[in-house]
Order: sequence, then structure tokens, then C-alpha cells
Amino acid sequence: MFVGYFTERPYQDQESGYFGATGRSITDLTMSNASYDPRLGADLYNRYLDEKIYAEEMGFDGLMLNEHHSTPFCMGGVMNLEAAILARITQRAKIVLLGNILPIWDDPLFLAEELAEIDMISRGRLVTGWVRGTGRESVAHNAAAPYNWERFQEAHDFIIKAWTQPGPYRWEGDHYHFRYVNPWSRPYQDPHPPIWIPGVMSRNTVAWAAKHRYPYVMLATELEPTRESYEYYTEVAKEEGYETGTQHRGYLFKVHVDDNEKLAEEAGRKFVQGPSNPFLEGNQGTVRPFIQNLPGLTQRNNLLPTMRSFAAAASRGRAAQHKEEQEKAGKKVEPPKPETPRDTYIDQTEKYSIISGTPDTVIPRVRHVLETLRPGSIFFWDGDGAMSHDDSMRSLRLMGSEVIPAVREIAKELDLKGPFEVDPQTNKPIENGDSAAPNTEDLANS
Amino acid sequence: MAENDQLAPVTMSLATGNISCLMGGSGPTLVCLHHSWGNPGALDLHRELTSSFRVIIPDMPGWGGSDRPLWARTVRDIAILVNHFACTFAPSGYHLVGFGFGGYVAAEIACMSEHSVDSLVLIGAAGLQPEKSEILDQMMYSHRQYIEESFRDRDSYLNHIGEEPSQDMRDLWDHSREMTARVSWKPYMFNRRLGELLKNVELPSALIWGEHDKIIPMEVAEQYHAALKNSAIHVVKNAGHLVELEAPEELAALISNHCSTNIDQVSQGG
Repeated sequence: MFVGYFTERPYQDQESGYFGATGRSITDLTMSNASYDPRLGADLYNRYLDEKIYAEEMGFDGLMLNEHHSTPFCMGGVMNLEAAILARITQRAKIVLLGNILPIWDDPLFLAEELAEIDMISRGRLVTGWVRGTGRESVAHNAAAPYNWERFQEAHDFIIKAWTQPGPYRWEGDHYHFRYVNPWSRPYQDPHPPIWIPGVMSRNTVAWAAKHRYPYVMLATELEPTRESYEYYTEVAKEEGYETGTQHRGYLFKVHVDDNEKLAEEAGRKFVQGPSNPFLEGNQGTVRPFIQNLPGLTQRNNLLPTMRSFAAAASRGRAAQHKEEQEKAGKKVEPPKPETPRDTYIDQTEKYSIISGTPDTVIPRVRHVLETLRPGSIFFWDGDGAMSHDDSMRSLRLMGSEVIPAVREIAKELDLKGPFEVDPQTNKPIENGDSAAPNTEDLANS
Repeated sequence: MAENDQLAPVTMSLATGNISCLMGGSGPTLVCLHHSWGNPGALDLHRELTSSFRVIIPDMPGWGGSDRPLWARTVRDIAILVNHFACTFAPSGYHLVGFGFGGYVAAEIACMSEHSVDSLVLIGAAGLQPEKSEILDQMMYSHRQYIEESFRDRDSYLNHIGEEPSQDMRDLWDHSREMTARVSWKPYMFNRRLGELLKNVELPSALIWGEHDKIIPMEVAEQYHAALKNSAIHVVKNAGHLVELEAPEELAALISNHCSTNIDQVSQGG
């Protein structure tokens, strides 16, 4: 079992008014950066890096970063810079990028070089992941939405070749053209860093990941549709002639641990407060449906079961289609989401979208997730929304001392092996492979 | 209303794919190129024009019932295909009328194949980059908002479309918007080379703009006027971007007059 830590690094600003129900509304791609305070940004970037260092100390196998653009809910516009810093200031944990948004790169050779440098500086600790991005990213970097999928695939093929085939050579593709491909820096790992693909709703991407035998990491989707999406991956894998295992399945979910249940609820509710991800059910921001449904961005009729969830559909600007499809299928349309943060929190807690509590209450619920989905990699999503540094650090301490050790025992019992124990490309055990887990007892007591 | 106002569907097969169109009327050939949001079918304007012209209203390649050229990347690609299509029907020449994005396509055709075209009518045409303002970017609006902005005002929108567009209309907009994005995502709705290329064009050109056009600024009409030697601007009162819906009779008269004035330059089409 590979256990990673993640936060979206929200731009938390009590002064701007963009904070929670008392401030101005957070509507996607409508907020001016005139509100941005670089001094506060400096504090926050350093805070999140510090928390990553502590997460490594607490025994996490991976430190996950992600990337969004022109939005306060994620400060990772230049995720690779954060990754490069982590490469130098951490010692053991994998640096997991989920992921670079390939279609918005007009020059994927730069990306190949950057990732190779991160891999070298970290001495082979990079896990690279690639995504197609949301409508926000296509708008923010003005990448033509209808070519998103084509550019994703071509950029992928280009980078793999740049990493594995000695140059110089030409690349004359449909979207990318290079007369001299010969990046001087090459990845530390041979033949290249592991590639994991995160996603939420596109069947195309799942099928593509399965064809490449890349582990697929579902991002905070509801349990049953997530399980069904894994099944789709398995179906494609069978067509490709191989069996899937836990090493092919990853799952990111919201987990917060605290000293007592009162604190846990207070902090847990902050997941959906402040500048948290507007894709999350009940959060205080809103997406603009037409931005998420840019023309040609995602094949309208080829979506994963995750889009059956009203919240997921609404967050991707598909509420109307969702209602129509459900009614056509003779299914009851889910009621609108609860109106108050407290209701939202309870609702999400009940369906395991948020797990917040003391170690005693969190561990059984994490077990339920592991039993239901059987992933080989998990990421605890914490320290987000309106959570403070103190909230994050309390949780990290308890994760290190109690939750992660318990999760490793559960994983052993359930035989959940991660992609560093069983190679997803070959399904063979990796020699000396483990989840890179340190002795967490020692760390917690140090 | 004209008597001979039947516009029937016709499909032409080109090596690059089928092109669907509506065709009707008799007289010199007049080709109408639709807005970016697609061909809404035969309008009163089109029917009126059939009394004097053989009217052809193609679904431009990639829009409506025409095959989508997945390889096409620029508006110029579409212009080449449309001109090829039009010349097949009217090898001796045709009058060319473009609405909004269709006007952009028409202007590209005028540059590349002036000899094929007898006269040019651009109605709220995109294609040139305004200097003092901006073309309204549909990618930053919902379908409904964008179409509403295309009318003179909300009352006019409600009068023509209603509170909620029909599913057919929404499907048409969705399908059309993807093709628009495929060829005009960036730069959005203009070609910086087009203004220079138009300076060599001598076609008689009518530049017709709705007084309340909120999509393509009036400034663009002036830019076209400055670039096209033989052009004149006509402003239609009480109309927005969709002049054909808000002032169809006046527009029909303007088109007929412009194209008839230049009738001595045309043959009767193929």
C-alpha cells in the first residue's frame, strides 16, 4: 500500500472578502487578481512546503501536488517549481504530480526537461502524472478545447520518446513540431519516472490509461461509481490481455484526524469552506457550467459512472443533462445539495466523501473505503479549504502516529499492494519493493 | 412574401465530405453563409430573396448536416471548401452574403477568389480585429447568454427564441460551437492578415450592421470600409447582431438592391 498526502494549497485570505459565507462569492474565473497579496502568497507557499516536510516525517510515502490556473482554490499554477523544491528539501517520499496538464503546454519539450530535472534532483523520487485539465485551464492558457484530447495524447507520446530515444531527431506531429529533439537532461529513473493518471469523469482517459497499464487515480469521487469506474479499467485491461491488480488502482479522498470529535468536526467542515475546490459538493464557490463544458473538451456521451452523482455532474456544469438522463432512465433525481455547511458536512460524512474524526473513528471508516475499492495507492486529502496550519499539523501528527500504521496493517490483511510493490507494467513483484514506508513509530516518537 | 419561395434540401458530395444546403428560387446565384451558431434553416429573409435569386444556404463544412472536416484548423480552410462548393453550383460567379462568422468566411473567400464572386455583402461580419473594443467571445458565455446578446435587447430575444431555447436549438448551438472553436479558438474571430489582403479586393461590397450589434463592434464595419475599395456601410436601425431576424424586410431590400445594382457584372449562374 502506497499512502500519500495531498492538499490543493488554497489561497486563504481573511482580508480580501473572498472567504466563506461572510465574504464575496467565489465564482470560477470571475475574480480579479487585484485581490492577490504576494506577501500572503509567500507565507502560504512556505506553509504548504513545511507541511509537506512534516508529512514525510510522519511516514507518508508520497507528497502529492496538483495544478490549476487562475483560481484561488489551488496555488499550484507552477506545480513543477514546488516539486523541484520538494526534491531538494525532502529525503525519502515520492513526489507525486497529479498532474501536469499536457494539452496546455505548447512546448512539451520544456516539460520533459523540467520533469527530468526534478527526477534527478530528487534522485529518482518523481512520480509523474498527466491530466487533460478542466475548462478553466483551457481558458486560462488559451488552449483550444476541441484539441484537448489529441494534444494530451501527442504530448504524452512526445515526452516518452524524448525520455527514451536518444536524439537528435525531428518530431513532426499534428500539434507539435520540433526540428531538434535532444534534451540534454534525462530522467534519473530508467527508462523514465512512473506515470500515473488521475481523473474524474472521462471514459476515454480511463481506457487510455488501461491500455498503457498506467495506474488510474480517482480523485475524490463517490465510492460506488468509483468502484464501477475501476471495473471499466479492468474490462479494457482484459481486452488488452492482462489482469489488473490493486497496483493499478489509486484513490484520493478527504481525511482529517484530530484530537477529539469536536475539533474533528470543526476542522472537517472547513473542507468545504473558504476557497476550497468548487468541484467539491457543498463548497462555497461556484463553477460556471459553460466554462467546464467548453466545446469539444470532453466527449459528452462517454462519461464515467462518477457523473451519476448530482454533485459531480453539477460541479462539471452538467446538472441539467444529469437530471434529464436520470429521468429518462426512470430514476429518481437526487435532491439538491443541502443548503448549510453543517448539512453538507454531515451529508458528505455519511457517504464517505469526508472522513473526519479521531483515530478511533477514522480508521474503521478508512478500512471501509479500502475494503470497498481495494486500491493499492491512497492519498489523504487534508489541510484544505479554510483549514489552518494548526489544523493540518494536528492531523498530520495523528496520521503519522496512529492512522498510517493502522492502514498499513489493514492493507496487509486485505493484500493491497501498491505500484512500488507490484509493477503495473508487468504485474511482477518488484525486488526489494515496498511502499517506501519508514518506521513510523520511530518517527512519531522522535 | 415571394411566390417561388421553396427552399429544398440538397446535398453535394465533395472529396472532402458532403455539404448540405437549402436551395430555392431562380436568378443569379446568391450564397448565404450562416453565423457561428449554425444554420437555423429557411428564414423569411431567405424566402424573400428567392424571388430574385437562386438562393443557396449551405451548412458550412463542420456545421449542421455537413460532414465535419476534422483536419480543418483555420477559417481559411472553411472558406476554401465553401468557395469550392459554391463554384460547383455557380461556375460563372455568385453573390456572396455572410452573417457574423459567415461574413468572416465570405471576406476570406473574397481575398482568395475574387474572380468567383460577383458582389459581397457582409452583415455584422467578424474577421478583423477591432482596435478600440473587442468582439464578444462566445466561449466565455453560455449558449443562451450569447444568443441573447445577439439580439437588440431581451424583449427581442424573448420574442424570437422564448424563455428557454428548444432542445433542437441547444443541440444546434452545441454542435456549432465546437466547430467554431476548432477553427477560431485563437485568435478569436479575426485574422490579422485579412485586413491587408482585403486591400486588393475591388468587389462591390455592402457592409450592413445592426445599430445595436453587441457582438461585432461597429468599428469593424469601419475597418472593412477602410480596407475594401468599393464598399459602403449601411446601418439598420433597431437591430442587433441578428439583423436577419430583427429587420428581415429591410435587410432583404438592402441585399437585393446591392446585388441587383451589380447584376451587369454577373452571369446567371450554373
